[in-house]
Amino acid sequence: MGQTVTLTVNGEPREFTADPNTPLLWALRDTWGLIGTRFGCGAGSCGACTVWVDDVPVHSCDTPVWSVEGKAVTTIEGLTNAGPHPVQNAVLTRQAGQCGFCLSGILMRAAALVDAARKDGAPLEPDTVRQELDGHLCRCGVHNRIVRAVVEASDG
Amino acid sequence: MESPSLANNPRLSTWLDFSQPGEVHLHMGKSELGQGIDTAVAQILADILGVAVDQVIVHAPDTVGGPDENFTAGSLSIPHSGSAIASAAAHARALFRDRASEVLGSADIEPVDGVFSANGTALSYWDLSPEVDLSVDVDVDVPLPPGAGTIGASTPRVDLRGKVHGEVSYLHDMRLPGMVFGRTIRPAFRGANLASVDEEAVRMQPGVLTTVRDGNFLGVIAGTEIDVLRAQTALTVSATWDGNPHPWSDAGVSEFLMTVATDDVVLAEANVNDAATFTAQYSRPFLAHASIGTACAVAVWSEDMGRLEVWSHTQGVYPLRNDLARAFDCPPDAVHVHHVQGAGCYGHNPADDVAFDAAQLARAVPGLPVHVTWSREDELGWGPFGPAMVVRISSTTDESGLITDWSWDGYGNGHSSRPNTLPTPSLLGYSELTRSPAIPASEDPPPAAGAGIGRNAVPGYDIPAIRAVAHRALEMPVRASALRSLGAHMNVFAIESHIDDLARQFDMDPVEYRLRHLSEPRARAVVESAATAADWGSSIPTDRGRGIGFARYKGLGAWCAVVADVEAVEEVRVTGLWIAVDCGRVINPDGVENQIEGGAIQAMSWTLRERVRFDAGAVSSNTWEDYPIVRFVDTPPVHVFLIDQPREKWLGAGEASMGPTAAALGNAITNALGIRVRDLPITADAIVAAMDD
Repeated sequence: MGQTVTLTVNGEPREFTADPNTPLLWALRDTWGLIGTRFGCGAGSCGACTVWVDDVPVHSCDTPVWSVEGKAVTTIEGLTNAGPHPVQNAVLTRQAGQCGFCLSGILMRAAALVDAARKDGAPLEPDTVRQELDGHLCRCGVHNRIVRAVVEASDG
Repeated sequence: MESPSLANNPRLSTWLDFSQPGEVHLHMGKSELGQGIDTAVAQILADILGVAVDQVIVHAPDTVGGPDENFTAGSLSIPHSGSAIASAAAHARALFRDRASEVLGSADIEPVDGVFSANGTALSYWDLSPEVDLSVDVDVDVPLPPGAGTIGASTPRVDLRGKVHGEVSYLHDMRLPGMVFGRTIRPAFRGANLASVDEEAVRMQPGVLTTVRDGNFLGVIAGTEIDVLRAQTALTVSATWDGNPHPWSDAGVSEFLMTVATDDVVLAEANVNDAATFTAQYSRPFLAHASIGTACAVAVWSEDMGRLEVWSHTQGVYPLRNDLARAFDCPPDAVHVHHVQGAGCYGHNPADDVAFDAAQLARAVPGLPVHVTWSREDELGWGPFGPAMVVRISSTTDESGLITDWSWDGYGNGHSSRPNTLPTPSLLGYSELTRSPAIPASEDPPPAAGAGIGRNAVPGYDIPAIRAVAHRALEMPVRASALRSLGAHMNVFAIESHIDDLARQFDMDPVEYRLRHLSEPRARAVVESAATAADWGSSIPTDRGRGIGFARYKGLGAWCAVVADVEAVEEVRVTGLWIAVDCGRVINPDGVENQIEGGAIQAMSWTLRERVRFDAGAVSSNTWEDYPIVRFVDTPPVHVFLIDQPREKWLGAGEASMGPTAAALGNAITNALGIRVRDLPITADAIVAAMDD
């Protein structure tokens, strides 16, 4: 306690003054009202809470706030406000969702993949997408639609 | 068109409201669970009224003013609610047309884009609304108009954009003025009693408002989610539990179910040949709902404690209201339940339990809304499970291989302990209070409503003598309730495994063998379509196998056949699924395909991966590491073929693919390895065990 952590979230400067061991997820949802990032397990096992820290996808549920001091955090809201991102549009075009609870996390991982693929000019292969998304759980069984959407978004 | 939804809610004005210009407001009693029902009913309404889908505003179920449509379950939302809404829309359209004809002095005007036009004058639904009285009973004899073509057209989900953009989409995201946050601590094991806990120390923690303890119910309230999570951890550490764990073990489940006292229900009666030529036994373990989001609720009591308001992702706002009223000993009208979406719902999950938890905690802070979310461990460990089952099938065949006699016995707990269906409340937290009885043993829906243990127990084949008896356990050490498709998953797996073994005994092709027992054209059509799509009969590599599974859901709903290809080397890998489905008239083809494919992948996960595990009376499979489900690298290509029947009734689609997928996978594995695994899940270990048998 007593330690202030400073960072940016979706480009805006933020300060966190409560216990710096608090998981980033709850700072986002509870302190800053960024509810687009979902709680799924609290143990980094399902991927629902994935955000970017300095453009790298991480599980916000087991990332303590102190570890993101001075870093740039991007959430699904940031992705939407900057775009929406092509992979968000592709997921809507493909109707790649049922309950949608896993999607915020999957979209953050997929957007990073798509950005890298577009930068390299090398569209993603379906098997690569499956491997890269394998840390994310989906219970409704929308996997194939999501993979198709990510592949299509990478070929932009 | 008959619909219990309409019989219980006959008033047209209960369903439809045209008072807002340019908008048709639909109030319904079926919950959006992630299955897309809001979109499908908007399509029905838009089609019949001649308006655009985005002009339809679908209101979530609500016990104040909304229709009582009981539970959102059994693939009945379209058959029941959809039919009711279609009748209401047709009647409303006729009333508006009659009024438009009077005003415009012209008969037979039909609406285009919500507007009636004649003699150079145009009147919309909204112009006419003040003059059209909808406080009449829906006339089900008004014929459905030809429609605008919205029914049958793939239509994007009305709720998906907000979810993809990370907007407020779920109950978890709801915030109200003055809202505080609660968490519960569940017992260390089933049957445990709370021996001690240092509530005082936890109350001293930053942000904590109070702790709540009543019997074995233990919880805490704080001002923020961060503070309540810390307090929950402290309470969990502080609490000590004693008592005798139920001596339950993974291996003992089947034996328990076959020896416990039962209530028997005859689903089919016949004098079957005692000298059966083939008998086999099948089983499945308890299964978890395993939604990606955990259960959540918000509750607030009025300052005088006279009224309770609850927000829940329940499958039935009215049954939950009534069970809460029983639990808190207040009149049902004192409780107001709103539906708000949660994460994917596949049956009776802990949504209702957490609603009680929130209400119980909120008693400590009248006037403050308490927002409660379950932990992952409680979600996987304390929610109601899909019941474990044991099935025995005996059959007799004639010299040509045709089945003459068939006998089925199914054992297990009932498939429903839903709110307000049992003698006392079935809410977990209520059962933990000092004064409360334990949750009664689950019951089964009656056979006419599709049964529970006995769902799809009677095979859809032409067999002269069929006997089927369900044996429902009267004790329930582990709470079980409805999981998507109820007994159909196990029964179709068992029946279709048995049929395949008979085909093999007579050296007959499994598809051909089924068709010899199928005279119903729509049944034959799905079997033939799936087989053709998969190029059935073509040669496959030696380490691969191909299998088929077929059923008509509940014997009343959609017909579905699945062909599965598997590769069985070190472990089973599914390489393709071909699914043909006839769910009658299709409203949203893309929505049906999504449901059928999603159901197949979920059933694949149940069949090949999943088992709730026990250790010393506690559920040990309460993390994703211990309760693995199918992942991205596991999902095969899935090909869905819809056989649309535009002139037939709509039959529902949400559960049709579960049983046939399980069956096709089992049969494909046997085809690949020559080994029959009859006890689910079919893991590598189970295959090795079956080799040794």
